[in-house]
Amino acid sequence: MRLFLPHPVLSLGLFVASILLSDSVAPPSIALALLVALAAPHVMRALGSETVRLRAPGAIIRLSALVLADIVRSNGAVAQILLDRRGRDRVSGFLHIPLQLKHPYGLAVLAIILTSTPGTLWVEYDRGSGRLLLHVLDLVDEERWVALVKGRYETLLLRIFE
Amino acid sequence: MNGAELPVWVAVVVAGLAIAGAGLSLLGAFGLVRLSSFYDRVHAPTLGATLGMTMILLASWIYFAASGERLLPRELLVGLFLTVTTPVTLILLARAALFRDRTESGAAGKTEVPPAPLVE
Amino acid sequence: MSAQILDIGLSIAQILLVLALGLALFRVIRGPRAQDRILGMDTLYLNAMLLILVFGVRTGSDLYLEPALIVGMLGFTATVALAKFLMRGEVIE
Repeated sequence: MRLFLPHPVLSLGLFVASILLSDSVAPPSIALALLVALAAPHVMRALGSETVRLRAPGAIIRLSALVLADIVRSNGAVAQILLDRRGRDRVSGFLHIPLQLKHPYGLAVLAIILTSTPGTLWVEYDRGSGRLLLHVLDLVDEERWVALVKGRYETLLLRIFE
Repeated sequence: MNGAELPVWVAVVVAGLAIAGAGLSLLGAFGLVRLSSFYDRVHAPTLGATLGMTMILLASWIYFAASGERLLPRELLVGLFLTVTTPVTLILLARAALFRDRTESGAAGKTEVPPAPLVE
Repeated sequence: MSAQILDIGLSIAQILLVLALGLALFRVIRGPRAQDRILGMDTLYLNAMLLILVFGVRTGSDLYLEPALIVGMLGFTATVALAKFLMRGEVIE
């Protein structure tokens, strides 16, 4: 199993992407998709990247639901900020957040989550001190943002990746 | 004109999703013009790149699935690709801007930026 | 009935996206700094991609998905290369 499918998640993703690209479920397309799904992960192994071991499937589902809800909600919040005529009391600024998460894939997921959510932008991460520099569009109180990143996302990511 | 064979409610959903998505994207572009500093402006296009994009892709998929032309959700490819790449471009751009503001401090950059982390 | 709804609705969506293209273009021309122009270009690519998708629905042809994907990929590559250029002053090190 290990030898045959070193990266099962990657294989599944490639299979689905290949089927979607060729836009058919006829035998030739399935054969091509299988070939891609079985061959490409071996290239990944040659590159020496480590396998993602997905733990805590419940946490993954909870995180996905949370992120989807947050993206929709903050789309509304940012739209409101943009449409607000007079609101000049809005302050935007940088924010430092110390992170416990060290796993590179976990950090990548966190970067995608934070940047995809309108209103927050991952700017810089210092691997030495584990400090993340975040830019926030609506910096009402810093505590709320720190609690959001650490309490809402980081604990779940820690359970998934570490 | 096509789409005549679709039920009316499907047409309404498709048109509504397309307008909402396009409107969100327009709002993002409007923010690009309206906001005053670069770091604020980076946030604006995310509106179109997340919810706006999803709505338009959903409209496209519902239309093609309902008209029976194609059932595979190929829009997923575009959606996944954008979800993974948009953060990469925005983070890179923000870091490039930060780098420039730090190296030429006091020149044109009005917003003060935090100092670079110490490298030992 | 549904043909008219689709026609009018998708036309409105296209007009909104063209307006978005105009606003992004304004940021590209106006600047003031290079990073603002690149951000404008990125938004331009995104809205062009969405416009192609809406166009595909309007013509009822499935062929427009790949062009949209290609525009998205070109936008990503261009923005990454330009951002890299801003950071180092050269793309290939």
